[in-house]
Parts: sequence; C-alpha cells; structure tokens
Amino acid sequence: MTVALSIQNLEKEYDNGVRALKGISLEVEKGDFFALLGKNGAGKSTAIGIICSLVNKTAGSVKILDHDIDIDFPLARSMLGVVPQEINLSVFETPLQIVVNQAGYYGIDRKLAQTRAEKYLTQLGLWDKRNDTTRQLSGGMKRRLMIARSLMHEPKLLILDEPTAGVDIEIRRSMWDFISEINNSGTTIILTTHYLEEAENLCRNIAIIDQGLVVENTSTRELLAKSQREIYVLDLVDSIDSLPTFERGRWTLTSPSSLEVDISKQQGINGVFRELNAKQIKVQSMRNKTNRLEQLFLDMTTDDEKESA
Amino acid sequence: MSWSQMWIAYITIVYKEVTRFTRIWQQTLLPPVVTTSLYFVIFGSLIGPRIGTMEGYRYMDFIVPGLILMSVITSSYANVSSSFFGAKFQRSIEELQISPTPNSVILLGYVTGGMARGLLVGLVVTLVALFFSQLSIHNVFVMFSISLLTALLFSMGGFLNGLFARKFDDVSIVPNFILTPLTYLGGVFYSIRLLPDFWQGVSHLNPILYMINGFRYGFLGISDIHLGFSYLIILAFTAVLFMINLKLLNKGYGIRS
Repeated sequence: MTVALSIQNLEKEYDNGVRALKGISLEVEKGDFFALLGKNGAGKSTAIGIICSLVNKTAGSVKILDHDIDIDFPLARSMLGVVPQEINLSVFETPLQIVVNQAGYYGIDRKLAQTRAEKYLTQLGLWDKRNDTTRQLSGGMKRRLMIARSLMHEPKLLILDEPTAGVDIEIRRSMWDFISEINNSGTTIILTTHYLEEAENLCRNIAIIDQGLVVENTSTRELLAKSQREIYVLDLVDSIDSLPTFERGRWTLTSPSSLEVDISKQQGINGVFRELNAKQIKVQSMRNKTNRLEQLFLDMTTDDEKESA
Repeated sequence: MSWSQMWIAYITIVYKEVTRFTRIWQQTLLPPVVTTSLYFVIFGSLIGPRIGTMEGYRYMDFIVPGLILMSVITSSYANVSSSFFGAKFQRSIEELQISPTPNSVILLGYVTGGMARGLLVGLVVTLVALFFSQLSIHNVFVMFSISLLTALLFSMGGFLNGLFARKFDDVSIVPNFILTPLTYLGGVFYSIRLLPDFWQGVSHLNPILYMINGFRYGFLGISDIHLGFSYLIILAFTAVLFMINLKLLNKGYGIRS
C-alpha cells in the first residue's frame, strides 16, 4: 500500500489547556477519496491545520507521501493542496492574480501559471470573473476560487475542509463532479464536510473524530453495513385518528396523515407493508427520515447535550 | 525548493507587494509627499530664512536630507507592517504558510516590497525638494547606500511590528509613539552640537541619528557622527532584526496557533 498521508500519535494541546487531539493515528492510501468527519470542535480542523503547517503540534508525526512535514517540509508542502474552511482570499486582488501568485509561491514560472490559471478558472466557471476583485464574487464563487488556487501546483494530496459549505445544491453537485474528476485523475482527496450525504456519495473510506480521538476508521461500505436500523416516514392516502397497534417496529403518528416507523434491518420493509395492509392503511409515498451515515455518525459521536447534563 | 524556484517565489511576493502599494498610491505615495512638501514650505521657506544657517548651510538645505530620509523610514516601515498585518487579518498569509516557500524568502520578499515603497517615496520627495532647495550631492555612494540600508532596516522593523500586531491599532502605535519622536529627535531639523553635552550623549542612543547624519553626509559632506559608525549601527540593527524576524517566523509567532 502506498500511503499518501500518515499521521502517528498526533497530539495538540492549546495554550489555554484544551486538548484538541489526544494521540490520533491515521493512514490515507494514495488515490483514496477519504472523509474525515466529526462534530464542531471534535479536532478535525486542528488535525488539518497541523498537516498544513498552520498549527503547531504538541507531539506526533505527519508524513505526506513519505516526506515528514518537519524534516522535509518543502517537498512535503509541494505535494499538498488545501482548501480551507474559512474564506482566506485577499479582498483587494483579482481571481487571476490570486491563482497566478499562488503558483509563484510553489516556484512555478508565470507563463505556466497563466496557462494553468486559465485551465482551472475555466473548469470552475470563473474565467469570466478573472479580473473582478474577490469582494465582488459570491460565496460559491469564492469557494470555487479557493479550489482553483489549491490546484495551481497540481498537488498529489488535496485537503478540502468543508468546500461546499454555504453553496447551493446545483453548484454543490457540480463541485462534486469536479472533485471526483480530480480524484479519478490520481489525486488523493481528504474531505471534511457537514453534509454527510456528500461523504457517503463521494468517499471510499471514512474516519470519524470525536473529542480528539479517532472513533472509527473504515471503508464507507463497511461503515454503512453497521447501520442496524432505518426510520421511514410514510405519507398516508387517508388520514387516521389514532395509532393502531402494530406487531413489529416502533411507530409514531406524527400527524393524521403521516406515520413514522423505526425498524431493524432484519425486520425488513415488506413486513411493515403487510401490517399496514392488514390495517387497511394505504401509503401514498415513503422516504428515509435520516441519511444512514447521519444516524451512524450521531450514534458514534458524543451527545454534547447529554454530556453536559 | 531549488534556487530558481525560490527566486520565482521571491519575485512573486515582491511583485504582489509593489502591485499593492502602487494600486493604492493615493494612500501610500501621495501623503508622505504632501506632508514633506509642507515641511519644506513651513520650515524651509517661511521659518528657515529667520534661522539663518546651520553648520554653514542654508537651513532649508540642511533639513532636506533628513526630511527625505524621514519619508523613506516611515514609508518602508508602514508598508511592511500594514501589508503583513493585513495578510494576517484576512488570513491570506495562509497561502504562503502552506507553500514550500522558505521563511527567509517570505521575509525578504516583504522587506523588498517595503524598501521599494520607501525608496520610491524618497525619490519623489527628493524631486519635490528640488523646487525649494539647491541640492548638491557630496558622495553619491554614501547617499544611495545609506538610503538603501535605512529602507532595509525599517522594513525589517515593520515586519516585526506586523508579526506582533493583533489589531489595527497595534500597527500605528510604534510609528506614532516611537518612530516619529525618534526621527524628530534624530537631527532632522538641527545639529546635535546645538544641544548641551548631556542631551548630546542621550541623542547618541537614538539609532536614527546615525542614519540621518550619514545620509546628510552624502548630500552636504557634514555629519555629527563618524560615517563608519553610521554604517555599523545600521548594519548591526538590520542583522539583529533579520534574525529576530526569522526566528519568530520559524516558530510561527503570530501566524500559527
């Protein structure tokens, strides 16, 4: 296995005493599309900050394609591209200036930088805006500009820290397609996101960080296989006044025309319909209440409210 | 990074900095020219004739070198401190932090940008001074080297200020409360020989005195300080500031948590 990113016993204690990372270890295979999930404050942004040299670590080591970020930092950094969570564009510069300058910081000459700038700004739908200042760009455009900027030196490992936050669904899906293409061309991608649907659809492997520890690190398929329960929302053709008694599943009448049923995988959906037919309840439509990964994520991570209670 | 890649990175930072201050020339180039012109008019043309001569030169001719260097000092310093702090504030400095550009190249890039602004302002002020004074050049090498080294030193100082600054007020504290008084008391408007012995001694603790006198020597061939001392002081302060800046950058002071 060729490893794109290796993190060993990574620890971070901030000056205020907060232990953001309590010794995490992770390996991301070359070519992988890897999701790093966790609630706000779980430690994932700290981990990314350390990988990108924006945060000083307390202990542990980080290697990017076998290059230690402390010992061989120029080579390690030249292989890494980052799209940060917060917008960090100079408001006075134009998209073209930003991406061409970024290439310069990696030692790429201006002629090649101009060619790549046209390529990536065009692919991300920003070429027409190349001479506007970033202040004039919409939130979605700024996010796409940060992606273009991160690709100017054609990194082998690309970290996307919530790249689609605040972006409308149409642009988000076009960004998914673009990012998938980048991954298909051989770039390893690490994605953090709050849209768990995004991680489920795009990523082959997933790690979940909770309270500074890795609580899960497996393939998306295996993780989803752990999901033992499903909650379905059933919209009824005719309204009902009270909840009938059912043999299997946990039922809730959420409104006169809507039922919710929580069943285990083993029980299956056919049994639900048999019971509904027996009670002569007709269903107009049905949908999952929650995304499967979302439910697992909530099961695996600490409930802050319960903990503080 | 190879040398050629580091050169490209360095030129990119310099280009970015020069583009920045020329784009907002009304804020960066014009104000020091206007301020210095007012000094020329008030102290040179209006009050100067009443003062007579200073060290054998017309008062106007005596103050011109100091005023030029004062504009170089404030502009070099302000450029780097505000630009670097601005990049920190907008977090666009992260573009550089995550890149393989060595910290020494980042430092030299910003400092060169500050020097470019300081020297450009100095040149424009010199051109304006020609309207008020009959400038003569005693030693062109001294004039150029002192202005270059002074711009370098105060660009380094500005960088240090930018590293430490946590809010916009922090960028203006040092220029307002340290740099300006030191410049005014550094012999721009008078020869320290006019002062009592005690205050002459105190004045020797002011590093700007050495720069202004060195620069004045380049124009007029007179100085209260031995020229060698001027170079020594400037080079020593520059070397110390370079090392402090680099050490702080390597530690990530003010830019890494």
